[in-house]
Amino acid sequence: MSIIAQHVCKSYGRYAALDDVSVEFHTGKLVALLGPSGSGKTTLLRILAGLEVPDDHPRLSVRFGDRDVTNLKPGDRGVGMVFQHYALFRNMTVFDNIAFGLTVKPRARRPARDEIRKRVERLLELVQLEAFGRRYPHQLSGGQRQRVALARALAIEPQVLLLDEPFGALDAKVRKDLRRWLRQFHDEMGITTIFVTHDQEEALELADEIVVLNQGRIEQSGEPQAIYDEPGTAFVCEFLGNVNRLDGWRDHHGPVYVRPHEVEVGFAADEGIQTTAKVSHLFAAGPIARLNLRLNDGRFVDAEISRSQLETMALDEGDEVGLRFRNTRRFREE
Amino acid sequence: MAGVTAYSPSADIELRPAQREPWWVRFLLIGGALLVLTVLLLLPLLTVFAEALRRGWEIYVAALSEPDAKSALKLTITVAAIVVPLNVIFGLAAAWLVTRFNFRGKSLLVTLIDLPFAVSPVVAGLIYVLLFGAHGWFGPWLQAHDIKIIFATPGLILATIFITFPFVARELIPVMQSQGSDAEHAALTLGASGWQTFWRVTLPNVKWGLFYGIILCNARAMGEFGAVSVVSGHLRGVTNTLPLHIEILYNEYQFAASFAVASLLALLALVTLIAKSFLENRLES
Repeated sequence: MSIIAQHVCKSYGRYAALDDVSVEFHTGKLVALLGPSGSGKTTLLRILAGLEVPDDHPRLSVRFGDRDVTNLKPGDRGVGMVFQHYALFRNMTVFDNIAFGLTVKPRARRPARDEIRKRVERLLELVQLEAFGRRYPHQLSGGQRQRVALARALAIEPQVLLLDEPFGALDAKVRKDLRRWLRQFHDEMGITTIFVTHDQEEALELADEIVVLNQGRIEQSGEPQAIYDEPGTAFVCEFLGNVNRLDGWRDHHGPVYVRPHEVEVGFAADEGIQTTAKVSHLFAAGPIARLNLRLNDGRFVDAEISRSQLETMALDEGDEVGLRFRNTRRFREE
Repeated sequence: MAGVTAYSPSADIELRPAQREPWWVRFLLIGGALLVLTVLLLLPLLTVFAEALRRGWEIYVAALSEPDAKSALKLTITVAAIVVPLNVIFGLAAAWLVTRFNFRGKSLLVTLIDLPFAVSPVVAGLIYVLLFGAHGWFGPWLQAHDIKIIFATPGLILATIFITFPFVARELIPVMQSQGSDAEHAALTLGASGWQTFWRVTLPNVKWGLFYGIILCNARAMGEFGAVSVVSGHLRGVTNTLPLHIEILYNEYQFAASFAVASLLALLALVTLIAKSFLENRLES
């Protein structure tokens, strides 16, 4: 189900968390709301869930498919929400947590006890926690809690899944596994999913589409590769991936941006080089070698080259190299 | 992690001399504390029971079964039975308001919750006399409608509600603050009504804090003297609570009877303390 939010504003006192945001999330996609803290991404997610009420605007609307949910309560919207710190019910077992959304339904629409048990068992299987139904949340690891939170959200068969910093509180290894698992899971379920993150790598790796937010406004949205390759603003360029910023490069006004992998490293005597530089630091742990280079005008840039190139060039710290910037970007001054 | 030894506090609980105070410092500090505890707390408590039983078990039982004592006990329990449930409701509502919503005047509300702690109980009692007494603001109207508040049970209840108002709210606010509202929001997105969320999510999560608040509230409601003394009028067998009854007996030189009733109140306090320490253990685990 597609989600269209239009003219969403939200201020807290004089601070505008969302400044007239309009955005569309396409059916069945896994979309990342990406931005630094304070960019308004969580506020937007909570407004979609109905947990925050947006400020009045004459053309404000939040639509799920052809349903206008602007004035609906959270429970009537059919969203599954997963919170950053899981927000599991501590006084209930894993089973009761997952069953909660079914047991609070009005009697006329509540499934029979047996039916609830079957559905919860299916969900436990889905999140690979079959043996954990009788445990309490405090007896689970972070990753397991996160999956319980997901199963609980899915129990009400939501049409939209909203995840607030779903991997924020997990350690690196678990985070990576759970990310991959969520991707597979999403591909099987095909349910429109929006997740909030401040981690650009996570957004690039996991999402079908990315919406980049900054200071309560949408900077850019689109497919990860498109946004990475063609950043529309200086903010997006700096926020997504590593980038070198060179102020007043070659008489340009304003900053010029070059990604480290777009810095070609050759010998100082090569033809076509734009500047010479000295290797200041060299980090070769991993598949790619990272060089920190000091340009002849005293500024520093980072470059990434393959390990094999590093070996053929036999570079070492202190060596003189020649650089060519394969791709430079400039943006209109804000 | 090679080369890094984890520090485990339990492994070397034996402190090295450099970490230890000289013996006489420890002796003075611990001895001083024990002395203060004995003189100020333990001895008075023992005295209460010793004085109560000094003239024999029969006098003790007679002092407790005398009609005025019975009526005082009944009144004390009645007042507590009305005040504590009301303050549970008020306390829950206040804690919920303060921890779940942002509104103008919130810090004023928090200050007002603490007001009974700051105001002298006697002043609290006087406020009600000035409002509802025969010459108070509402006095003539109340008299015209034949409603008695001051020198009657309603006055005792009002004054006790005022004095014990902060206990439940003060216990709940930090608990609810630290838990945050995520679980409640999760319940709402899952389709629970406000009522279901309260009974199934909010209340179970704060129940130990709530019990703790109830116990403190109850202890104070039964033991309150100052405010109750002002509004009661000391009508024997009618508006005397246990603390007031004790004072009257004492002033009439009926020491054995006075201490006998006091021992009853002290027993109530001891039960409360035991329940409180039991709850503290539950709260920590």
